[in-house]
Amino acid sequence: MNRGQQGGAGLVRTALPPVVFGVAALLLWQWAVVALDIKAFILPGPFLIGEEFAANLQNVIAGMVVTGRNALIGLLVGALLGILAAIVAALVPVSDEMGAPIVASISVVPIVALAPVLYTMFGAGAETARQIVAGLAVFVPVYFNTLKGLRQVRPVHRDLMRSYAASSWQATKTVTLPTATPYVFTGLRIASSLAVISALIAEYFGGPVGGLGKSITSSASSSNYGLAWAYVLGSILLGLLFYSAALALEKLVSRRTAG
Amino acid sequence: MIMESAAGGRAPAVEVGGVSRVFTGRKGASVTALDDVSLTVAPGEFVSLIGPSGCGKSTLLRLIADLDTPTAGSIRVFGKPARQARIDQDYGIAFQQAGLLPWRTVAGNIELPLELHGAGKAARRARAAELIELVGLSDFAENYPDQLSGGMQQRVAIARSLAESPSLLLMDEPFGALDEMTRERMQNELVRICGETSAAVVFVTHSIPEAVFLSDRVVVMSPRPGRIRDVLGVGLGDTAERGENLREDEAFFHAVSQVRELLHGQAPTGARGVETR
Ligand SMILES: Nc1ncnc2c1ncn2[C@@H]1O[C@H](COP(=O)(O)OP(=O)(O)O)[C@@H](O)[C@H]1O
Ligand SMILES: [Mg+2]
Repeated sequence: MNRGQQGGAGLVRTALPPVVFGVAALLLWQWAVVALDIKAFILPGPFLIGEEFAANLQNVIAGMVVTGRNALIGLLVGALLGILAAIVAALVPVSDEMGAPIVASISVVPIVALAPVLYTMFGAGAETARQIVAGLAVFVPVYFNTLKGLRQVRPVHRDLMRSYAASSWQATKTVTLPTATPYVFTGLRIASSLAVISALIAEYFGGPVGGLGKSITSSASSSNYGLAWAYVLGSILLGLLFYSAALALEKLVSRRTAG
Repeated sequence: MIMESAAGGRAPAVEVGGVSRVFTGRKGASVTALDDVSLTVAPGEFVSLIGPSGCGKSTLLRLIADLDTPTAGSIRVFGKPARQARIDQDYGIAFQQAGLLPWRTVAGNIELPLELHGAGKAARRARAAELIELVGLSDFAENYPDQLSGGMQQRVAIARSLAESPSLLLMDEPFGALDEMTRERMQNELVRICGETSAAVVFVTHSIPEAVFLSDRVVVMSPRPGRIRDVLGVGLGDTAERGENLREDEAFFHAVSQVRELLHGQAPTGARGVETR
């Protein structure tokens, strides 16, 4: 009882300052827009954005679903490939040596720059290009973090597996993968926001309408600035959703592996 | 009586013949960890390796376990090359670090070798329960390693090394991290376990009383290069009849001072770092 109250008080104490700060910042913003007579095409006030968000909630959510779906597919496929590629690189050193320059160049290329090329490859009517862009963006951090994790195996565990005459796959499954797991989830957390950002920005380069990126550009070009900002708010929420989900998963796994 | 069983036609548990191990450093500097070492351990015999840090005790144990390969010489375990013995799972091993898998429970850790070698689930459970009982951790079967003290973790590691009832146990300072009381209790337990399983043991330590209490023979090593300086037969009685009161025995003290003399006597410089408790 007592502890619960303390926990509640603690939560209030940690949550209160940012909430107060956030509300104050929004009020200051609103006041500045009104007092300084800032035009909506430069910066609409938060009340207008909120109004537009509420009025177009269904459209915003529909946009979030489209972009979120692309980001999620990219995240899953990119993460899966990143993990698999890292396992292969860790098991077969030669493949690491050959793969390293390729992965390094992927990590240097601004991946969204590939979007226009991919649209011509897969057709402008398909979402495929966006999913591939998101997948590539995800692949890089997942690959590097997983590979790092796979190299953290303690020598005593390696000796143990050898003493058991464990096959390479058995050693990977029983020791290497569990050791690497926390690192994989760190990579996934980083990748989760990248997936949303890449899927959204890829929409700016073409493809079907309906996603958040396209909606932002079309409302802005039709001078509907409040609505454009409402879609931006939707993008922020989508990014937060992905990030929180990945973070929660990471916390869950690290608690379990820490015993 | 140990010699009789060796003479009874069975191959020695361990046969180390003229083994050297030279580690080559990066800049061409080389360390002779072992130089022309020969040693035979009979089935069921308890042999301790004692000597100052860096005299090659761990290296020798790793060579027997085929975790490393000798630069020269040969190693046979139960008449087979060390590599074959490892593949046949002829030994159990416990390292100085417990080396438990932190994401597995106590029971899960002990079941690990059984699982890897395809034992059925029920058989694994039963064997793990038996071993947990043996090392006195029945209340902790479902705990994770980081919830246990160092001594308890080490007991789990010992139980794990016994999981497949090996006829050879290789132990590298398994009690090194334990406090004196836990250590003596573990020693008593090990004597009992060895009496019950009649496994041969190669036991690395740098505690003289520990070596004397546990062993049929104590192998005294010297460093730079790692060599066997002397082998002392202790033979304080059959493992079955060895007990706590042995530590008070006249013969025990005599053997302790003999080992101490061997360690310090001939070349005092070689005996640095040895505990003389
Ligand atoms: N992997 C290795 N690489 C280089 N030198 C090593 C290695 N392992 C052991 N040595 C050297 O071999 C010598 C014997 O080491 P070790 O067998 O660990 O001694 P002990 O276990 O008796 O303390 C030491 O000088 C040590 O530095
Ligand atoms: Mg050592």
